[in-house]
Amino acid sequence: MSLVQQLNQKALAKGVPLSVHLDVTYRCNERCEHCYLEHDDRGEMSTAEIRTLLDQLANAGVFFLTLSGGEPLVRLDCFEIIEYARSLQFNVKLKTNAILIHEKEAQRLKRLGVEQIQISLYSHRAEIHDGITKVQGSLDRTLEGIRVLRSLGLKVSIANVLMRSNSNDSESVRALAAEFGAHYTLDPTITPMIDGRRDVLRFRASASEVSDVFHNAALVGDLEEFCTPPAAVDDSIREGLPCSAGHTACYISPYGDLYPCVQFPLACGNVRRQAFAEIWRDSPQLREVRSIRGKDLETCSVCSHLGTCTRCPGLAYMEGNMRGPSSVDCEKSFIRTGIPSAGMMAGATNGSISARSLVQIQLPA
Amino acid sequence: MSEKYIARSASVAARLLDGEMIIMSAVDSTLFSLSDVATAIWQSADGRTPLSSIVRDSICAQFDVSAEVAYRDAEAFTEKLASHGILRVSDRPITDEDSIPVLS
Repeated sequence: MSLVQQLNQKALAKGVPLSVHLDVTYRCNERCEHCYLEHDDRGEMSTAEIRTLLDQLANAGVFFLTLSGGEPLVRLDCFEIIEYARSLQFNVKLKTNAILIHEKEAQRLKRLGVEQIQISLYSHRAEIHDGITKVQGSLDRTLEGIRVLRSLGLKVSIANVLMRSNSNDSESVRALAAEFGAHYTLDPTITPMIDGRRDVLRFRASASEVSDVFHNAALVGDLEEFCTPPAAVDDSIREGLPCSAGHTACYISPYGDLYPCVQFPLACGNVRRQAFAEIWRDSPQLREVRSIRGKDLETCSVCSHLGTCTRCPGLAYMEGNMRGPSSVDCEKSFIRTGIPSAGMMAGATNGSISARSLVQIQLPA
Repeated sequence: MSEKYIARSASVAARLLDGEMIIMSAVDSTLFSLSDVATAIWQSADGRTPLSSIVRDSICAQFDVSAEVAYRDAEAFTEKLASHGILRVSDRPITDEDSIPVLS
């Protein structure tokens, strides 16, 4: 067992929130067509509130801290927040579009010891990338940000979201990442809007486009391993946890609302009204999430994919049942292996969550 | 024997988790889990206290080990952490801003 696995097991046993994702703003300098956020400022936490929160997170044992948004660097105090987080010795990861990163900002991130900068890149072609971000020149600016960060030796991870409009560009973006010496991730997940609107789902890559990616060794590695039919489900899988959300990880919005994960809009409390540790320990919602094991999942507990599915409890929750299947992940398991999921067989999913009622994060009025 | 001074690097991430110090090197992202003895050394690595004093006051006073063995182990440990950029080792006090305090 690796040290990271040991660390996770220990955190789980001790109830320690090892990882926290904190969105410091929902404001952004891009308007990506598939984005689930609403970008107006509804009363973000102040610098002082975030400093107090970071103190609480450090005391609770949080080690991995992801700062994101919106675009976090549109906050004028973003570097002050990062600096304070690093003084508390968090392992800090920054998610950004890098548009505001020039030599000076990169030098500062380097000096502050930020572990990794994750940057969204949709295509190597300006007409596609800028078409998605709705900001002319954004590809050039993002690439320049990546270049300057890498020139200083900072770790960069390029996040490539797979959509209809860029489904032919994944290999080229991966090659670009390799050229920069950056890590590359490809994610086909598009989630409904934060206000519940579902029109952004039309940007999702089609099943055949996802299939092309899932059967491309250049993108997924060992095809035989990636596409292999699931192994038999045993007791360790049935007794296992669906994912780390709410167990060793959680998400906090710019307004102080705490959720199990950025993709799991089950409100558990607000750090402006209650101490983080109290919410983490006592929230009935988190307790419910923590009580769920593989064997408790309706439909999925008897699915042959149970041990290998990427089932997201948050996406299942958005579809109306945190113990139910996540149709997107049912589709992914099917596309990957050719074996229908129990959810598909039972008709629990119809291949599109657009037909379902959705639960979403509640924004301040 | 020349004196040695050790200072925690500002570029690492660290957290005390149930009595065990977890440290990640910013140089190579290696994750370390320190034993209780190593944690005591890490927490005392302020750049000003000589390693021999740390061994005497923080190790021998708390753990059942001879000063000679403890110093030899502490030297090996500090060299290893220094190779990952986690500690700085010098033959004179380290007082610059590259050292930062650890959380209590």
